[in-house]
Amino acid sequence: MTSTVVEPIPRGTLGRRVGRELTDWAPAAAVFVLGIALWEGLVRGLNIQEFLLPPPSEILQTLWTERDTLWSAGWFTFQEAFGGWLIGCSVAMLTALVLARWRTLSTALMPFAIAANAIPIIAFAPITNNWFGALNQSSKMVIAAVLCYFPVLVNTLRGLTSVRPQQIELMRSYAAGEVEIFRRVRIPNALPYIFTGLKVATVLAMIGAIVGDWFGGSLDALGVEIQRQAGVFAFTEAWAAIVVASVLGIAFYAAVAIVERLTMGWHPSSRTE
Amino acid sequence: MAGMVAKRVGMFALVLAALCAFWEGFKWFGETTGFALGSFEVNDRTLPHIHDIIGQLFEPSRTNGPLLIEVLWDAALFTAKEAAVGFALGASIGFALGVVLAHSRLLQRGLLPYIVASQTVPILAIAPMVVVWMGGRGFPDWFSVSVISAYLTFFPVTINTLRGLTSADPRALELMNSYAAGKWAILWKVRVPSALPYLFAAFKIAATASVVGAIIGELPASIQDGLGGAILNFNQYYATTPTSLWATNLIAALLGITFFLIVVVVERIVVHRAPEHVA
Amino acid sequence: MSVVSLQRVSKKFGVGGVRALQAIDLEIGEREFVSLIGPSGCGKSTLLRIVGDLIQPSTGKVVVNGKTPHQARLDRDYGIVFQDAVLFDWRTVAKNISLPLEMVGWDRAKRTERVNELLELVELVGFEGHHPWQLSGGMQQRVSIARALSFNPPLLLMDEPFGALDEMTRERLNLELLRIWEASGSTVVFVTHSIAEAVFLSTRVVVMSARPGRIVGIVDVDLAQPRTADTREEERFADLIREVRHLLRRDGGLDVEEPTPTGEQDFIAAEEALD
Repeated sequence: MTSTVVEPIPRGTLGRRVGRELTDWAPAAAVFVLGIALWEGLVRGLNIQEFLLPPPSEILQTLWTERDTLWSAGWFTFQEAFGGWLIGCSVAMLTALVLARWRTLSTALMPFAIAANAIPIIAFAPITNNWFGALNQSSKMVIAAVLCYFPVLVNTLRGLTSVRPQQIELMRSYAAGEVEIFRRVRIPNALPYIFTGLKVATVLAMIGAIVGDWFGGSLDALGVEIQRQAGVFAFTEAWAAIVVASVLGIAFYAAVAIVERLTMGWHPSSRTE
Repeated sequence: MAGMVAKRVGMFALVLAALCAFWEGFKWFGETTGFALGSFEVNDRTLPHIHDIIGQLFEPSRTNGPLLIEVLWDAALFTAKEAAVGFALGASIGFALGVVLAHSRLLQRGLLPYIVASQTVPILAIAPMVVVWMGGRGFPDWFSVSVISAYLTFFPVTINTLRGLTSADPRALELMNSYAAGKWAILWKVRVPSALPYLFAAFKIAATASVVGAIIGELPASIQDGLGGAILNFNQYYATTPTSLWATNLIAALLGITFFLIVVVVERIVVHRAPEHVA
Repeated sequence: MSVVSLQRVSKKFGVGGVRALQAIDLEIGEREFVSLIGPSGCGKSTLLRIVGDLIQPSTGKVVVNGKTPHQARLDRDYGIVFQDAVLFDWRTVAKNISLPLEMVGWDRAKRTERVNELLELVELVGFEGHHPWQLSGGMQQRVSIARALSFNPPLLLMDEPFGALDEMTRERLNLELLRIWEASGSTVVFVTHSIAEAVFLSTRVVVMSARPGRIVGIVDVDLAQPRTADTREEERFADLIREVRHLLRRDGGLDVEEPTPTGEQDFIAAEEALD
C-alpha cells in the first residue's frame, strides 16, 4: 500500500546546484561591480576631494603595498574579537542553561537582563582599559565578551524554552529526568537559535574590539591604525584598514554560518525554498 | 492587579539589592584575598564602592565647579538630542528601505548582503570623514553625530521591517487581492499592521543602538558637550577620581535604559489599538 | 486481571478552579480496546493523562498494571501517542523510533533489530533515513505509533492520534491500528471525537458527559473480530453508532454548544505551570 510521501527536494546534479547558487548571488555580484565602478567614476569624474573618499583603485593598491602592517594589525584585533567572542558566548550559554533549568531565577533576572541590554556597553571601554591597561588585549576582549553576552543569552534561552509542551510530556512518559530532557530535547531544539546568536555576536565582537581601540589601544591594533592614519590625513591608508576590518568581520560571520550549515542540515531553514 | 504590581516591584528591588550586595561582596572578597586576573586587581580604584559612585554625583565636578550630576545631566540631554534625531532618521530610512526591499526580490538579492555587511564596517572609523564632510556643508557638529547614530539605527529596522512585511498571512493577502486592492492599500492595511511586532522589536534594539552611536560618534567629532566627551574627560582623571568615570557610565546606562523604556511604553499604547492579528 | 482501574477519580484544576472530571469509575481488562468519547472539554484527555501519571487526580484511586500510575510510568508500562506526532526534527525516522530504547539503555544491535521489526509492523520499511518533514501526516503518525510500541508495553494510550488527518487516511490507519493491536497483544485506551471511529475500533466505548466529565454510559461493541472495511457496512455498525449518539445527546451536550472558555489543552498547560 502506498501513502503520499512528501519528496525531499531533489538534489539534482552538481552542475545544476552550482548553477542555482550562482543565479542566487548574481544580483549581489552585479551590484558590487556596479557600485565599485560608480565609486571610481564619481570620485575621478567629480574630483571629490581624495582625502575624503579615495577611489577604489587606490585603496586596492594600498591594500597591497601595506599588506604586512594591515595583516598583522588585523590579526591582532581579530584575536581580541575572537577571544571575547569565545568567552562571552560560552558564559552566555552556560547562564542560559542555568536559567532554563531554574525558571524562577530567569523570571526574577529578566528585567535586569533587558535593562543591561539597553546599556551602551562600549562606554565601559575606558574602565576596562584602566583595569587591564590600554595596550593589553584583555581590555578589548572584555568589552567584546560583554557585547556578545546578551544576544547569545537571549537567543539560547529562547531556544531552550521554546519546546512544545507535548515533547516534554512525551519525555515524561519515558520517565525521563531533567538532565535527559535537556540533553535530548531542549539542547537540540535550541541549536538554530544558538547559531543565530553566535552569528550576531561575531559582528558585535569585531566592532567591540575596534571601537574599543578608540579609547586607547596598542599600536598593533587595527582600530588604532585607522585612527592614526585618519589623524595624519592618510585617508587612503585609513580606508584600506577599514576594508580589512570589514572583510574580517564578514569572514568571521561566514565561518560561523558555514559551521551552522554543516551541523544543521536537518533544519527547515537550510532546505532550499 | 495592584497586588501583582507590588509583587513585581518588590521582586525588582530584591534582585537589585542582591546585585549590589554581590558587587560589594566581590569587592570585599577581592580585597581581602588579593584576588587578581592578570593585571586586574580589586581595589578602590578598579572597583569603587557603590555608595562612593553615587556620592560622587553630588560632588563638584571640578574645584568650585557645578555638581557632577548637573554636568552629567546637561551632557545626557545633549547626547539624547543627538540620539533622538539619529533614531528618527535611521528608523525612517530603515523603514523605507525595508518597504522597498519587501516589494522586490531582485533588490533583496542584490542589496541585502551589502546592508548586512555595512554593519561590519566600523562606523567610528568613517566618522571623522563624515564630520568633515558635513561640517563643510554647514551642518552643525552634533548633526554629524546623529548621522552616525542613524547608521547604527537603520540596520535592525530595515531587517525587521522586511521580515515583518513579508510575514503577512497569505490568506489575508488573497483576500485583499480579491478586492482588487492596490499595492499601497495592501501595504498599509495588511502588511504594516502584521509587521508591528517585528517593528517594535527592532525599535527596542535601535533605541539602544542610537544612544551607542551618539556616544561614540562624539569622539571623533571632538564634541565636549555630550556624554562621550564626558567619558573621555573623566577618563583622564581616573587615577585620582575613578568614581567620576563610573558615575558617568551610570548616567549613560540610565540614558540607554530610558530610551528603551520609551519605546516599550509607545509599544503598549500603539499595539493595544492595533488590528486583531497583532499578538 | 484489569490493566487500568479507576475508582471515584475526579480532577479539579487550581484552587477553586474548574472541575474537569467527576467520580469516574472504570475497569479496563487485558487486550481490551476502549475508546473514550465525549464533547470538547469533557476531560477525556485529562483522564488519559491521569492514567499516564502526567497529571495527578484530585481524588480517587488509580491502579495501572497492578501498580500506582507513578510506578507504572517509571517502569515504562505504557506508550503514548498524541494527536500531533511529536517527532524530533533533528532525528531520522529510525532514531525517532529508537529514542525510548536509547533511554532504557539498549545496545545498538538490539535497537536496530527492534526498529526494523517495528518498521515492518507499521509498513514504513525503506524510510529509516528520512526526516519527519519528508513524510506525510499519516506516515508521521505511524512513526509515532511505532515509537510508542518500541519497548512492547502492555498498555497503549492514544490521544486523538488521527484527529489531524483526512477521512480516507483515517479509515486506512484505523485498520492498521487494529492489525497492530492484534499483533502486539496490548491494551489500548483511545480518545477520540469521532463516533464512527470509536465504534469501529473498540471492544467498548465509554461515553462521557460535558464538563464536569462523568461517564454517561458504556456501549459494548459486539461486532465480529477482526474488523474489516466491510464492517462499516453492517447494520449493527449503524445501530451501535446510533446508541452512542443517543448517549451523547442525553448528557453529552451534543445539542448544546457549550462554550469552553479555555480548551482542555490550557488546563494541561496550567497543570504543567503548577509543577
